[in-house]
Amino acid sequence: MTGLFSEVFLSALLFGAVTAAIPLLLAGLGEQISEKAGVLNIGIEGMMLAGAYLGFVGAFYSGSLWLGFLTGAVGGAAVALVMALLCVRIGLNQIVIGIALTLGLEGLTALLHHFQFSRSYPRLPAAEATVIPLLSDIPVIGPAFFKHHLIVYLAVALVFGMSYLYRRTQLGLNLQAAGDKPAALDVAGIDVVRTRTIAVLTTGALAGLGGAYLANVGAGLFIPFITNGAGFLGIVLAMLARGRPIWVLFGALLFGVCLSLTTAMQVAGINIPTDIIQMLPFLAVMIMLVLFGRRASLPAALGIPYERGAR
Amino acid sequence: MSGFSSSSVAGRDIVALEGVTKRFPGIVANDSVDLSIRPGEVHVLLGENGAGKSTLIGMLSGLQQPDEGRILVDGKPTPITSPRHALALGIGTVFQHMMLVPTLTVAENLLLGGPWWQRPRTEELAARVAEITGMLGITVKLQAKVSELSLGEQQQVEILRAMLRNSRLLILDESTSMLTPKGIDELGALMRRLVEQGLAIVFITHKLKEAAAFGDRISVLKLGRKVGEIPPERFRTLGEQEIVSEIVELMFGKQKDDPEAVERPVRTARAGTAPLLQVADLAVAPTDNAPGLSSISFDIRPGEILGIAGIDGNGQKQLAEALAGQRTAAGGSIRLDGAAIETLSVGERRRRGLRYLTDDRLGEGTVGTFPVSINFFLKQVGAAPFWRNGVEKRAEIDKRAAQLVREYDVRTPSLKTPVARLSGGNIQKVLLARELAEGAQVVIFNKPTYGLDLANTLASRQRIRDTAARGLAVLLISTDLEELLGLCDRIAVIADGALVGTVENVDDARTKVGRLMIGLAA
Ligand SMILES: Nc1ncnc2c1ncn2[C@@H]1O[C@H](COP(=O)(O)OP(=O)(O)OP(=O)(O)O)[C@@H](O)[C@H]1O
Ligand SMILES: [Mg+2]
Repeated sequence: MTGLFSEVFLSALLFGAVTAAIPLLLAGLGEQISEKAGVLNIGIEGMMLAGAYLGFVGAFYSGSLWLGFLTGAVGGAAVALVMALLCVRIGLNQIVIGIALTLGLEGLTALLHHFQFSRSYPRLPAAEATVIPLLSDIPVIGPAFFKHHLIVYLAVALVFGMSYLYRRTQLGLNLQAAGDKPAALDVAGIDVVRTRTIAVLTTGALAGLGGAYLANVGAGLFIPFITNGAGFLGIVLAMLARGRPIWVLFGALLFGVCLSLTTAMQVAGINIPTDIIQMLPFLAVMIMLVLFGRRASLPAALGIPYERGAR
Repeated sequence: MSGFSSSSVAGRDIVALEGVTKRFPGIVANDSVDLSIRPGEVHVLLGENGAGKSTLIGMLSGLQQPDEGRILVDGKPTPITSPRHALALGIGTVFQHMMLVPTLTVAENLLLGGPWWQRPRTEELAARVAEITGMLGITVKLQAKVSELSLGEQQQVEILRAMLRNSRLLILDESTSMLTPKGIDELGALMRRLVEQGLAIVFITHKLKEAAAFGDRISVLKLGRKVGEIPPERFRTLGEQEIVSEIVELMFGKQKDDPEAVERPVRTARAGTAPLLQVADLAVAPTDNAPGLSSISFDIRPGEILGIAGIDGNGQKQLAEALAGQRTAAGGSIRLDGAAIETLSVGERRRRGLRYLTDDRLGEGTVGTFPVSINFFLKQVGAAPFWRNGVEKRAEIDKRAAQLVREYDVRTPSLKTPVARLSGGNIQKVLLARELAEGAQVVIFNKPTYGLDLANTLASRQRIRDTAARGLAVLLISTDLEELLGLCDRIAVIADGALVGTVENVDDARTKVGRLMIGLAA
């Protein structure tokens, strides 16, 4: 127990929290853009898995993490393309297709991984950290927050990029209109289907990137079902964030702390059944939903396919 | 555009419809309609609710494609494939149903449609808006969220948006329904100026006087078919009265001098009876862009109709919602039949007999995608006899719904049709049927006849009279002064969220109400 609050332990805990938070952050930001545009993207878990698998494969064979991130994002976007065709263009039920995609990719990635690597789980070398000078020298905080892979800082910067997009750009207006009153966007001369497609593809790319980070940096390897609900947590985050990217960041960090605490307590060998420890993040979800769920405000046309001229 | 004089361009159609037919499941909305739209002309389109006017507009603005026939633009057959295409062709439309994003501000709504890579050009917009609003004589709060605006203010924003686009054909689908008499006149004058500059305008209205006053050419639709047209040459030779009676004949096949004029029966004073609805010192806190209410007090006795007159956006909606329980009051008391109800929920107030007919028929009044039959019983979901132990009793619902459809003359292809597919007038009938059903004691009508054709307007007004005659207390909120004068026993005037005076509806009520509305003492 004494080790629990030592400086080293604390910064390791926070470091783990950030590592765990990044995939959630990317998934949450991704889900947020879809929901803004009126598409409930339940398939995001599948997109993350596709990203994790292809990201790992890309990094494994090329030896470059960045190439892995790229293949991961492309993989996620490819799954999103299917979603966009079926749900946005043809107008099929978003929940049904989303679940189908998730289940399908769980199976597919496990199968492909099995064919390729049979039962071995090759590892990638540890990711190289970009150490921020000065800041990383601060005790506890420094090693926890300023010694990560470059993509981590980029992901955090993306939060502000998204805020800017939503608040200050024409595309941001279009996205919000597509989710709140698609007919108004349509008669303003902007194609609703195209706007929503862009949003869904972005979701896929971000979720895929999140999955690739999870596999390549977080774990260093791919195992089937590696995302373990991270995409669904992303959905919760997006719903609670009320359209604000910064809240996705806060939420992701909170969940990240819970996830990291779970690992830390297991490592520290604390005398609580592991099942209970592993429940922690999900308990946090429930508590957040109880506390803030009521205030979640969702776009009026969320989940409703748009058909021009129908009424 | 202003280079053309109206005579030199007249005679060539900007847009023409040739034998255009549009079918929806179970209904022919337009049946080989020909229409010619010319620069320099206000083309008025008239027809009952459900006649197919909006469907025609939908095809001109790229929302719908004709099943048969063709559309010519500048003489060339041109399928209008999308709203974007319509805008590019110079066709700007103000739609009958609000086409603004409620969660965005007015400015953001006006900017919608710009190139996506650009930053919204707010400063440029403000300058152009100032120019046009000055010309229109309206004020628009650019920074207000659309959801905070009254329907009248939203309508002004939509007209403004169409003007911002520099269209050469401007289509106004019932754009005067929410404006004040003064606003309507200003819109009329503006349309005149625009056509003089060579624009073409299609103007849809249910007010025959507006048609006669603002039009150059009139086409009348009936059950999807064009049944008559008064071309400009004839139009100019007729006086307003002659035009109105000719239209009435085309539309209804019967003649009557002023169809809206109805003798108001003098009701016996019921001074002795106790008021059914007593409101004292009702107050609602203002929000950023919506006025609050302050010390609203009035009584309504059984059988009495109290009118609320005033310019739209002065707290009418807030008043209706505070009474119905949809908006929290900051203070004051509401008594229904003597019992205080100000702390009760919406549902409980309804159960006690307080009914509210919203002016937002599609938004909060009905669930558009639900069938007509279910919409009749939306506020009784789960209750016997239509639901038993949580199970929907189809047969019971359909039986009663069929009865209501007949009683209220709802024109619908079937009971299963989603209510949003009905025309505006028929949606209103569904609402009326629902709210006036069992147990009503006090009924609040908010702009009950806006968007209704003449026949439906008269029928709705008769329903309101009948409601009062049954001994119910009626609060009638309207921006149509004629309507209030024709129906009410007393008329109160609302301005800036307060009642500035109440007058008995006797001989000189019109002038008194008019004076109160412009801020003078009665
Ligand atoms: N998208 C649609 N799907 C099915 N039916 C429709 C659709 N749009 C319109 N209709 C039907 O077509 C008919 C014509 O409707 P339309 O809205 O054009 O009438 P309108 O003349 O504009 O009436 P109002 O004065 O009440 O606005 C109505 O019976 C309506 O129910
Ligand atoms: Mg219409």
